[in-house]
Amino acid sequence: MEKIYSKKHPSNNHLNPKIETINLILSYSKAFKVSVYNDLMFETILN
Amino acid sequence: MNPKYLSDAALVSNYINGEETSLTIIINRHQQRIYNFIYSKVYDRDVTEDIFQDTFIKVIKTLKLGKYNEEGKFLPWVMRIAHNLVIDFFRKNKRMPKFNNSKDFDIFTVISDGSLNAEAELIRSQIHYDIRNLVEQLPDDQRTVLKMRIYNDMSFKEISENTSVSINTALGRMRYALINLRKLIKEHNIVLTN
Repeated sequence: MEKIYSKKHPSNNHLNPKIETINLILSYSKAFKVSVYNDLMFETILN
Repeated sequence: MNPKYLSDAALVSNYINGEETSLTIIINRHQQRIYNFIYSKVYDRDVTEDIFQDTFIKVIKTLKLGKYNEEGKFLPWVMRIAHNLVIDFFRKNKRMPKFNNSKDFDIFTVISDGSLNAEAELIRSQIHYDIRNLVEQLPDDQRTVLKMRIYNDMSFKEISENTSVSINTALGRMRYALINLRKLIKEHNIVLTN
């Protein structure tokens, strides 16, 4: 038990997401549109 | 004013009003903190990337759908979303545990998909064929009780009602059916193992 709980994971507080992940999020944000029609909301992802 | 110095609340407001660059600033400002928070829970870079991505997809959807209430707590709100997604990840993982094979040990050497291989399947069908033949050699009354009990999964009460005999008689017939089956197996030297 002691061995399991004392096992240390590599701690690194300076990790950053990959640039591809950030680009995907930003592209998704640009593509995601919400259209409102008669109290209805439609989500669309434009290419 | 340089947008980099705007507060989170102002950037969120600009983003909702269609300024996409505000999102870039928000992500740049908080990415390290959110990413490290997720990583500190899952200790896996790939999973962290996935959860980080899902977190911001949820943020984008909520903001664009106008469901976000600005209370000056943007970062705690994003952290809460990330936290909930981490919990979802562990719940899913609990249902479907992940196992990493190592050089020395491959999990697929000790588990199978439950289906028999071609040889085992042949042996099993041969055993079933032998048993059916043996059952057919039993006297009628014993064969009837055995089929009702084993193949139709009927209780001895139901068997006694269906065959118009007492429960004890049905039990006796079942007992003799099994004794006779064992005798037949021994006489014919039949091997009934897979």
